[in-house]
Amino acid sequence: MNHEQRTMNYIIELQELCKRYNGTDALKNLSFQLKKGEILGLLGPNGAGKTTAIHIILGLLTPTSGEVKVFGLSPVEHRFQLLPRLNFSSAYVNLPYNLTAIQNLELYARLYNVKEAGRKIKELLEIFQISHLGRRRAGFLSSGEQTRLNLCKAFLNDPELLLLDEPTASLDPDMADLVRKVIQKVQKERGITILYTSHNMAEVEMVCDRVLFIHRGEKKAEGTTKEVLEQFKTQNLEQVFIRIARSGDLLG
Amino acid sequence: MRASLNRIYAMFLRYLYLHQRSLPRNLEIIFWPVMDLLVWGFVTLYLQKITSSAAGGIVVFLIGAMIFWDILYRAQQTISIPFMEDQWARNTLNLLISPLRFWEWMTAMICYGIVKITVIIMVLAVLAWQFYHYSIGSLGFSFLPLVANLLLFGWALGIFTTGLLLFWGHTAEALIWGIPFLIQPFSAVFYPMSVLPAWLQPVSRILPSTYVFEGMRGVIQNGTLDPALVWSAFGLNLVYLCLAGFSLRRMLVKARQAGRLSRLGSD
Repeated sequence: MNHEQRTMNYIIELQELCKRYNGTDALKNLSFQLKKGEILGLLGPNGAGKTTAIHIILGLLTPTSGEVKVFGLSPVEHRFQLLPRLNFSSAYVNLPYNLTAIQNLELYARLYNVKEAGRKIKELLEIFQISHLGRRRAGFLSSGEQTRLNLCKAFLNDPELLLLDEPTASLDPDMADLVRKVIQKVQKERGITILYTSHNMAEVEMVCDRVLFIHRGEKKAEGTTKEVLEQFKTQNLEQVFIRIARSGDLLG
Repeated sequence: MRASLNRIYAMFLRYLYLHQRSLPRNLEIIFWPVMDLLVWGFVTLYLQKITSSAAGGIVVFLIGAMIFWDILYRAQQTISIPFMEDQWARNTLNLLISPLRFWEWMTAMICYGIVKITVIIMVLAVLAWQFYHYSIGSLGFSFLPLVANLLLFGWALGIFTTGLLLFWGHTAEALIWGIPFLIQPFSAVFYPMSVLPAWLQPVSRILPSTYVFEGMRGVIQNGTLDPALVWSAFGLNLVYLCLAGFSLRRMLVKARQAGRLSRLGSD
């Protein structure tokens, strides 16, 4: 496959990616690809290297070695070509607490140069069922409401690639279900490619087309849920997760 | 270009919004400058009373110097503090992964800083006149190039300290408040450079602020501003702005390698 074909097929491509901090390997020869329109679950216990991988893809971190391409381009060298095409939401990153929900979204709409921002903001607030909170300051929202506001921000620029770091971490089961359904619906309608991390394995089984388990920076399993379950001879991804987390080197 | 202006405007608004419905934040803009003015002003009035009439001009010198120092200090702070605001809000990562360029971000901070400093100067000018019959207008048009140079130097310091924040995160906050005071003794703020020991004067000469304060005293004493002082300050400011920009860029690269950007706001 030549470079152009690969670029068209793969939205994200990691080749032998390594990241070393102060003598510790955060990522060890991690390779994977993410096809257009696919939802990949990047899974693993705390400290496995998921956030490191996401931050390298976002261009916030430079790898020690290996190659990373997003839309066929280096996220560090072609940052400003790539950033308008993607977005990110994390349960651990907030929006300014002293701005209202609408002011926050207007701020990011301007940063992403969103056309018809007013209509778009109204639509997203409705989708995530927080229209009634538009004039409330973000700091006065509950953590679940803040998460939904973060997701509004993540969808604001109609991203082709969305990186979601535990998007339902602080939501009650009802809201988590709503958020999952919205993500799946929007993904289907617009063909967005999503890299998804979560510790909720039932959710991952529902949302993701494929999963990739990493532990201590190394790939431990990859495939569709069915393939991974067959590989580990277990009934669900939670058992796979626990086995990987407890022994780390099962496949190593 | 239009997109850049839009992003600068967005960030400018983001910082202005900090002041909506927040009395403490609005008071904070003028609190310390006013306290400084009151303390220094009354100290100088007292000195004037107990010393000879030859020291009569001391009020004008010291109050002028205090106001000018505050302009320099606030110029530095208006770059660093908005950056910290985003770290405190855990919003920095959202901005770093948005199409916002660093120069656009800095420009928005500078615009916000100009608004803040204008408010401070206006309040101090009114109070200085009310309490000490000191008119900032007595500097005439010389006020503009002198203040412009102070702002440039303050912004250079602000850009440099933002680089430190970028790399060190919250742990660098103490430096952010303290760095302007590192240069204060050598900037001839309240006394002429000639007062400094000969071995310290070269340090003073490489600071643009020294030429501004010497220029201000010249205007008060002789009514004229030596253009050489303005140009020296301007030339040095260009050098400092370039160095600050270079340093910020280096810090950004280093922070990206060391994984510091990922941890901004959570360290």
